[in-house]
Amino acid sequence: MTAALALVVGALIDLSGPGHYIHWGFIQISVGNLVVICLMVVTFLAAILIPYHRRGGRS
Amino acid sequence: MTTVDRNDVEAGVGLPEDADQWTAKIRGFLMRNLPPGRLIPDRQPSYMASWIYIFGALTMGALAMVILSGGLLSLEGPTWWHTSTVGLFVNSLHLWSVELFFFFMVVHLWGKFFMAAWRGNRALTWMTGVITFMASIGAGLTGYLSQTNFDSQWISTQAKDGINAVGIGAFFNVLNFGQMLMWHIMILPLAVVAITILHVLLVRTRGIVPPIELEPADPATAATGGEG
Repeated sequence: MTAALALVVGALIDLSGPGHYIHWGFIQISVGNLVVICLMVVTFLAAILIPYHRRGGRS
Repeated sequence: MTTVDRNDVEAGVGLPEDADQWTAKIRGFLMRNLPPGRLIPDRQPSYMASWIYIFGALTMGALAMVILSGGLLSLEGPTWWHTSTVGLFVNSLHLWSVELFFFFMVVHLWGKFFMAAWRGNRALTWMTGVITFMASIGAGLTGYLSQTNFDSQWISTQAKDGINAVGIGAFFNVLNFGQMLMWHIMILPLAVVAITILHVLLVRTRGIVPPIELEPADPATAATGGEG
């Protein structure tokens, strides 16, 4: 079970090899760091846009 | 001999002749600025009904996990966290709680930046947050240097050039494992936790910053964030 799980997760995100980098002019960033930054932006926007429902609190 | 009413003592009311004592002054300062209802409030302002306000608490939750997992790692040492399965698990727990700590802290920072959260006499709250962020980056760097693996060797040899370029390499030697470990497990965690506590107490003292459109014109109301 553990080996099968490791196989599936390893197939999705292979962290064993050398890192992947994106070059754009003088900007160079690893894919891992770019993914984290994108996730933070998505989380930030979601935190602002998704309504927060309160349970009958005082206004 | 003056008799003291026990109820007065428990309510923090001292005798007039003791008013000059440092204990009375500190108690008076705390009672004025952090009365129990403001220190641990039951309710928050209605404008806090947004997900963006949870990221400060999430950051502190991740910090608690960082301290707990780091404490476990310090009990057993590198041989344990490199070789045993439980050690590897706790090592990963430490890494990923740090990842979440920075993730939540950055979202918290963005939220507070766009709220201009330094308004209403909250500059010190903002600055303590900035200092905590800086101390956390230092804790992160010294943590990478304390892994005792090829990654830490590579990072230390890269970091030394930057540290030497700013002229502090003689005092903060990233190639000195013992010094970096002490910074990582003693000075910087103490700084991060202590300044975080101060940050939270300042938030409780000044109140949560209201949205810009709800900012009260009266500065006296602004000091408490218009809670109610």
